[in-house]
Amino acid sequence: MNNLARRTFILTLLATSGMAACQQHAATAANFFPDSAPGWSKSSEVRTFSPDRLSEYIDGDAEKYLKAGIESASTADYKYKNQMQATVDVYTMSSADAAKTVLDSEPAMDAQTPTLGDAARLYAQSLIFRKGPYLVRMVAYQESPQLPPALLDLGHALESKLTR
Amino acid sequence: MKDMPEKSRRDFLRDCAIGALAAGAAPLAFAGDVNPAYANQPKSKVIIARDPALYGSGANPEATRIEKILDRAMQAFSDSADPIAPWKRIFQPSEVVGLKVNTIAGPGLSTHVALVEAICERLKQAGVKTGNIIVWDRTNGELERAGFTLSSDPNRECVIGTDSKDIGYQETVMTFGTVKTRLSNLLIRCDAMINVPILKHHSGAGITLAMKNMYGVNNNPDKLHANNCCPAVADLNMLPPIRTKFRLVVADAMTGCFEAGPGFKPQYAWKYNGIIVASDPVAIDQTAWDIIETQRATHGLKPLPQVGLTPKYIAVAANAEHRLGTNDPSRIALEEV
Repeated sequence: MNNLARRTFILTLLATSGMAACQQHAATAANFFPDSAPGWSKSSEVRTFSPDRLSEYIDGDAEKYLKAGIESASTADYKYKNQMQATVDVYTMSSADAAKTVLDSEPAMDAQTPTLGDAARLYAQSLIFRKGPYLVRMVAYQESPQLPPALLDLGHALESKLTR
Repeated sequence: MKDMPEKSRRDFLRDCAIGALAAGAAPLAFAGDVNPAYANQPKSKVIIARDPALYGSGANPEATRIEKILDRAMQAFSDSADPIAPWKRIFQPSEVVGLKVNTIAGPGLSTHVALVEAICERLKQAGVKTGNIIVWDRTNGELERAGFTLSSDPNRECVIGTDSKDIGYQETVMTFGTVKTRLSNLLIRCDAMINVPILKHHSGAGITLAMKNMYGVNNNPDKLHANNCCPAVADLNMLPPIRTKFRLVVADAMTGCFEAGPGFKPQYAWKYNGIIVASDPVAIDQTAWDIIETQRATHGLKPLPQVGLTPKYIAVAANAEHRLGTNDPSRIALEEV
């Protein structure tokens, strides 16, 4: 094999393995999102973003994830009793420390701290928790007294699927 | 370019591509064509109109109240007793007018559809043809997630993303300072633009309102975030199609974000219940910075400069090299109505 052929072979191999890794990430990420949880049903396909495309999804937020170390971000929409809408993001970080770095970079404000994953913060309209290298962010678009316990239900359903 | 209703929407989309090629062939001017609304004015007017009952008891602001604060702001902005007159003064009936909205953060923190509808209504009352109004952002997906209904029906406003088939970005790379980029064919297609951004903290730039919203009109915003997006934001705003076509900012400040933006995180969002109007993008961004700092202080958060997030691009946009407007409070005529 001459030099050019060897180089072409190596580049093809790298490209193929890169694509395979990306597809594997997407396939794994899709498994994180339960189709349903008490009151909840998934209402969209799972979209997955590689680090180089992260800013397409979260714009300027991307920088802190990239700095901490991220492998991929996946997102899907949910509906609660067909009334309330929420978006769930799962960030697969490079390590548990990286997930902690991102969570700790945001002020806790008046969060409740339910038992979920390694650390969790619950607000009136959102739930954030981390478990190992995963950081999960759930955001609802309406307020309701039903929402915080419902977010926790969805959080528990999702947590059980976060395995590598 | 005029009288779009007489053409099919397919023709319009095709013309976007042709117009882009024509623009690419023309020499690119980078000086001497500053929009007079943006610079060299004795004072830049910034009008804030708020309504504490804007949201009523619901999750969304009430459309009738949005119309009222829009009229109050525009009438104060142009010293007019007539709500239609300001629009007639700024836009000609023959023009294609674009509204650049901000929809990247999804339903919780995007330009409200009701505000866009109110602006479109006033434009039409001022004589702008329905089919000559284009509401746009980067992608169709983001517009839809934010609640907009995509449309290419010539009997109503066009609502479309740059990622639509047959739209895309110009072939020509435009440059100023640190920025090398290709602009949306939708921007090239419009004669005049209204910037309809959102009041937000930004984890890279410090804050985002008018000038940073231009990161949605070009093909490579991800390459422009270094050093607090400075001087990239100011440099991007110097490109002639941006500098000369954007005549008005109508900022959606109904819900703002004071921390961990620009994504929607409800715990860092608050109801400011207002809209902010200006033609000077620097003055309105300086005002937005002040508003966000005030809200941060109420939550005990440090000022942005103390956490390494000074929105440095604002001062750069006002410097002698850019002259996009003023950040000098003594030259900003701030009025709350």
